[in-house]
Amino acid sequence: MSTPERTTARLLASEIRSGARSARTVLEEHLVAIEAREGEINAFNLVLADEARVAADVIDARVAAGEDPGPLAGVPVALKDNMCTRGIPTTCSSRILEGWRPPYDATVVERLVAAGAVVVGKTNLDEFAMGSSTENSAFGVTRNPLDPAKVPGGSSGGSAAAVAAGFTPLALGSDTGGSIRQPAALCGVVGVKPTYGTVSRYGLVAYASSLDQIGPFSRTVADSALMLEVIGGHDRRDSTSIPKPAPDLSSVLDYGVEGLRIGIIEELSGDGLEGIAGDVQARLHEAVAVLEAAGATVVSTSVPSVVYGLSAYYVVAPAEASSNLARYDGVRFGLRVDAPNAGDMNTATRTAGFGDEVKRRIMLGTYALSAGYYDAYYGKSQKVRTLILEDFARAYGEFDLLLSPTAPTTAFPIGEKTADPMTMYLNDVCTIPSNLAGHPSMSVPFGVGDDGMPVGVQVLAPASGEPTMLRAAKVLEAAAPDGHPAVGGTMVGSPAGVRNE
Amino acid sequence: MTDRISKQDVAHVADLARLALTDEELDAFTGQLADVLDHAADLEALDLVDVEPMTHPLPMRNVLRPDVVGETSDRAEVLACAPSVEDEQFRVPPVLGESP
Repeated sequence: MSTPERTTARLLASEIRSGARSARTVLEEHLVAIEAREGEINAFNLVLADEARVAADVIDARVAAGEDPGPLAGVPVALKDNMCTRGIPTTCSSRILEGWRPPYDATVVERLVAAGAVVVGKTNLDEFAMGSSTENSAFGVTRNPLDPAKVPGGSSGGSAAAVAAGFTPLALGSDTGGSIRQPAALCGVVGVKPTYGTVSRYGLVAYASSLDQIGPFSRTVADSALMLEVIGGHDRRDSTSIPKPAPDLSSVLDYGVEGLRIGIIEELSGDGLEGIAGDVQARLHEAVAVLEAAGATVVSTSVPSVVYGLSAYYVVAPAEASSNLARYDGVRFGLRVDAPNAGDMNTATRTAGFGDEVKRRIMLGTYALSAGYYDAYYGKSQKVRTLILEDFARAYGEFDLLLSPTAPTTAFPIGEKTADPMTMYLNDVCTIPSNLAGHPSMSVPFGVGDDGMPVGVQVLAPASGEPTMLRAAKVLEAAAPDGHPAVGGTMVGSPAGVRNE
Repeated sequence: MTDRISKQDVAHVADLARLALTDEELDAFTGQLADVLDHAADLEALDLVDVEPMTHPLPMRNVLRPDVVGETSDRAEVLACAPSVEDEQFRVPPVLGESP
């Protein structure tokens, strides 16, 4: 008998489609898990228990009528609360959108529901997806289920925590500079940022439009592949959507890595510029040994310009954010703070509605785009994106995949980095380059650090390289050291069960 | 922290972005923005004269859809999201300073 924190979406869907278990029973098990720990973890901004029960009963009725509700039949899913849900509050964890009920569903929500998934709630995030710890939320901090004194990472910390705690087997996040992969690493789950344009952004509240991409969290690589197949593919409502169907990922997962050439990104993997912790480096080296044993050739390689990624990102993303967030003016939706004239109303609304990190990035972006500074900051940063893309192109001429840690350290204590934004930003150093290039990249749990908390290995691929990337992830997953927190591990939901190898 | 960005610069940018800051906030944000701009100073050493800027990960082209009548948002549903509405229009305080 599977318990919520150990099961997979694939298993649940197959049991529900065959009638072996009901969607309602599966849902109730997950609601019990949520009830037991949500007060402590705060993964959700909103739990939709009643709506989920109705949806689960519909799935069961369809199975009873001989229909197939789809590949995610009855699977409970959680959505990051920056994805629009028709008639259901969508806050981006910001006061400025409190109470707003979108008049439409995001494309990813439509596709999940059409595949039979049951939406159980909207998860907490750093306000407007700006942050690396889920401490910048207007609705409170989310805690790491493996050690509630630690952060879950961010900005999709609520979704990562929901999957790690067994609240749902699948969740969606969004990744602009690492916001899926870094929390996946810190919570010991799988997280994938797809190729830019693979998953529709229609209905995703915009942060930095040339970088944002939606992707899955799961406890297994195979479950992320399944979710990507469901949410991916062309959408005419997103003009940046690649006009191709979602690639078949499930059927290639077990092809292994024999003969693949894999490069370790020197600049992001050693004692170099940004200081990757010793225990994280050690797990990476063990991961390399696993890939070599499975028949891949793995060597160190230089991708020199990635060291400029952090600087370029913290100009480009705030610049795009300052433009995207101009729409919160108190006129058409969300909060309004009244004032005698329209200009003062705009200022009063934005001042009361946005938190400090959002204000910081809006001002940074406004500055970087302002007369006299545009060329020095924004213009230069766009050119650095070209350098990074060219360096990646050279590396992928020689290698099928690249490898690095996902985050420089394991999960850090709540409150440790909130006073110093620049220190917080350094968390994203390994994840940012893939966003700047538009490439896919994912985090796979691989053992634990000296503190017993999970370590993630990042697998990077060129544009549309998801099939090969997932194959390598599957090899790493199968050989991950004991104590790794994916399915069957000892850590999930039980900090006392953490084993320090 | 350096003098890379002044308190006056931050006040100006806050005004452009329609944000009101207290003097205390102004001091804190000035230091934090200077830290980020200091970090970004590593870009100054790069020779980028012959590098094309990259605005987007995908080659951008105009995307057109067939010119056919389709589903649109419901007016009442969209207006229901607004803080203030009158005669099927968004209602705002005076824009040009005249009294109501």
